[in-house]
Amino acid sequence: MKFDVILIGGGLSSLVCGIRLQKAGRRCLMVSAGQNALHFSSGAFGLLGSLPDGTAVQYPLEAIPSLPAGHPYAKIGVGKIAEYAAMAPGFFESCGVHLVAAAAAADPVLRSVRNGFRFTATGTMKPAWLAMSEVAFFPTEEALRDSDGVPVESALIVNFAGFLDFNARFIAEGLEKNGIRCRLETVRIDDVERLRKNPSEMRSVNIARVMTREQNWKGFAYQVKELMKGEDMVVLPEVFGLGGELIPQWLSEMIPAKVTYVGTMPPSVCGIRTQMRLKEAFESAGGTFLLGDEVLDPEVEDGRVLCVRTSNLGSMRLVADSYVLASGNLFGNGLTAAPGEFREPVFGLDVDYPQDRSDWYDPDFFAKQNYIGVGVKTDGAFHPYIAGRVVENLYVAGSEVGGCNSLAEGSGAGVAIMTAFKVADGILGRQEPANA
Amino acid sequence: MQEKNLSSNNFEQCIKCTICTAYCPVVAVNPAYPGPKQGGPDGERLRLKNKYFFDENLKYCMNCKRCEVACPSGVKIADLIHSARRRYSVETPGLRDRVLAGTDFMGKAARPVAPLVNAVMSSKVVKDVLDVMMDIDRNRKFPKYKAKGFVSWFRKNAQAKQEGYSRQVAFFHGCSTEFQHPEVGQAFVKVMNAVGIGVQLLDEKCCGVAMVSNGLWAGAARHARHNVSVFKEAVAKGLPIVGVSSTCIFTMRDEYPDILEVDNSEVRDSITLVERYLFELVDSGQVKLVFKKDYRARIAYHIPCHMEKLGWSLFTKALVQMIPGVSLTVLDSSCCGMAGTYGFKKENYKYSQAIGEHLFGQIKALSPDFVCCECETCKWQIEMSTGRTVLNPIVILADALDVDATIAANAAPAAAAAPAAADAIDG
Repeated sequence: MKFDVILIGGGLSSLVCGIRLQKAGRRCLMVSAGQNALHFSSGAFGLLGSLPDGTAVQYPLEAIPSLPAGHPYAKIGVGKIAEYAAMAPGFFESCGVHLVAAAAAADPVLRSVRNGFRFTATGTMKPAWLAMSEVAFFPTEEALRDSDGVPVESALIVNFAGFLDFNARFIAEGLEKNGIRCRLETVRIDDVERLRKNPSEMRSVNIARVMTREQNWKGFAYQVKELMKGEDMVVLPEVFGLGGELIPQWLSEMIPAKVTYVGTMPPSVCGIRTQMRLKEAFESAGGTFLLGDEVLDPEVEDGRVLCVRTSNLGSMRLVADSYVLASGNLFGNGLTAAPGEFREPVFGLDVDYPQDRSDWYDPDFFAKQNYIGVGVKTDGAFHPYIAGRVVENLYVAGSEVGGCNSLAEGSGAGVAIMTAFKVADGILGRQEPANA
Repeated sequence: MQEKNLSSNNFEQCIKCTICTAYCPVVAVNPAYPGPKQGGPDGERLRLKNKYFFDENLKYCMNCKRCEVACPSGVKIADLIHSARRRYSVETPGLRDRVLAGTDFMGKAARPVAPLVNAVMSSKVVKDVLDVMMDIDRNRKFPKYKAKGFVSWFRKNAQAKQEGYSRQVAFFHGCSTEFQHPEVGQAFVKVMNAVGIGVQLLDEKCCGVAMVSNGLWAGAARHARHNVSVFKEAVAKGLPIVGVSSTCIFTMRDEYPDILEVDNSEVRDSITLVERYLFELVDSGQVKLVFKKDYRARIAYHIPCHMEKLGWSLFTKALVQMIPGVSLTVLDSSCCGMAGTYGFKKENYKYSQAIGEHLFGQIKALSPDFVCCECETCKWQIEMSTGRTVLNPIVILADALDVDATIAANAAPAAAAAPAAADAIDG
């Protein structure tokens, strides 16, 4: 079967790249071995939260020139990153994904993106670039305590009885550090109570499925109102947005206080919704998406991929002009690790990793872990290498690209989106900027 | 250090991410079902310690495989659940389950008196009795049995001329083609013959999927062994095994080895669905399809769960879209809730309809001329629940095919057949 582009992986990076290409008239096939990391999304996208040395970043674009040469952003160049960053919200909006950014002046360009802050499931504030509409996201750390100009002094944190993936105590601790008095309450909704029969499957997405029913979210809002004792803010688990952004909006309107939705432990309800919207956008533009299938047995000759095959389609040769590998890092099986080495399992691409195994990880679990930064070696246009030889019609995008520790930097989604745009432009033959 | 998995179902790879649960149609509606993660890899750890951890509520699993399609770690979750049912369940299938599972036996028994059986089975009194006595839900509509099956039609009307074709396929027609929908088999023969391919029948038995669902493991394995040995003979003669029901094909390719432990490795790659078989022939330029110029239809495509698992829906889409007058809308992939015999059962009926609600809503909103789908039990469910006609893709292709032009395009060398071949779609 013949396509213009075959994309391997079905997560954020692959979908962004595939949608751009498909909308530009390229016939795309996307092959995804199971669902992806959007299902674990915090609900916000980071561009660059801190420099490799740990220094906090307020204006990500301003910080990019100081990144090391091997960093994916350095390869793309700050000019292009600024252009892509300006384009991103509109791009997602056109796919039905509404994202919010922290306001920033358009001029100077390097200050046109400013980090806002998301309030996390463990009660901390983390820098972020864009957030899904209902997620707790504030332009500044101080804005957490502001409700339309009125200071927030007290908060009511409401959880469902028996729901273990929303830790109200951590959240209260975090809010109290910010000087907000907290009270904890739980509610019981019949449909959610039924889920408790099976505590190990009482997870965010199952609650979210029953909360799409009108009687349930309305009943929830009434119960919250009953429980309130004049608090300025109500904190709720983010389990209302599976079908769309409307139910969280309506809930916020029904509850007479500032309503803040805080992400739960995975799966991420707004992340799943975003994934569904992006997949729909890709398919409705005419793309073919194969879920639950795995690419194997590629044929590579003279630095070019000739074809790939998949486990479901067997011996059938899938042929394309260009191929994009965006199948994730260790977590998504885009890379695999054995005691002595890291491997890229589909093509056997060259992988960049510390030779000494003791440099792969820090025994302190919460310290910066080098294995997170392991990725495929690429040139300036994100072509990978096999045994030192560049593969001309193959591109690598997303967390599979080496050169940065996205977890430590808070740049995972940013790298996914920027490399996707860059690779799409490369395939479409668009002009390279002078500084790339 | 463990570097390799120990089990074929990959359960050691489960990282407890719960993505399977997010896509399980049953968990969403039936709280008695423990769910794919708990029933699959989590439960397996306990069951390996002690069989008493087996939970009979795993019978609520529809075996739709959506958990496996979603799993990022390649865990065969539904296989784990059904293998556990096979190994540990102490519930014996009752009369109802045996009747529902015996698709071929019941078909043969009903055929001589088909009009009577159809009339009786649609009577309210009988349905009430079945509901009370046998736990078959009174709201369920039964598919109609045909007095004349596909095989007798084939022997009388088609068999004689099949030897005349240079290329041949072995046709696995399945129970529903034989007993309820012979038109599907007739469409298959029409299309194959038009492109110059002869059809041979097999000494087939029911693929066994209904017996797997109903816990009749020994019977299912017996059918599997029989079919595999019949397929081996056909494959030895160079014939591919081509079917029209996604569920039969999926079962014979994957459930035979994974759940029934029947080795099909010699024939697995030769077992295929007509949409894939035909697409590959067209795509490689070996055959041409010419369609009627005046064929018009607005079609909604429902991808059955087992078609999702096979990963072959792109072939159906490509084939149906080759018909010039068709506008095809692919429905948001979701389970219809029927799952073979599952939706007939009184204890499941309510959940079955709740699971299908999303799909029914889409179909009603779209109001297509008809729905396209490769699975007969999805067809029964959608027709009952939406009032829309559901056609197997091969029936649509056969209806839209310009038979004479197709025969001409495939018989003559391409250059000589210019007028007909001008409209032909090739790869």
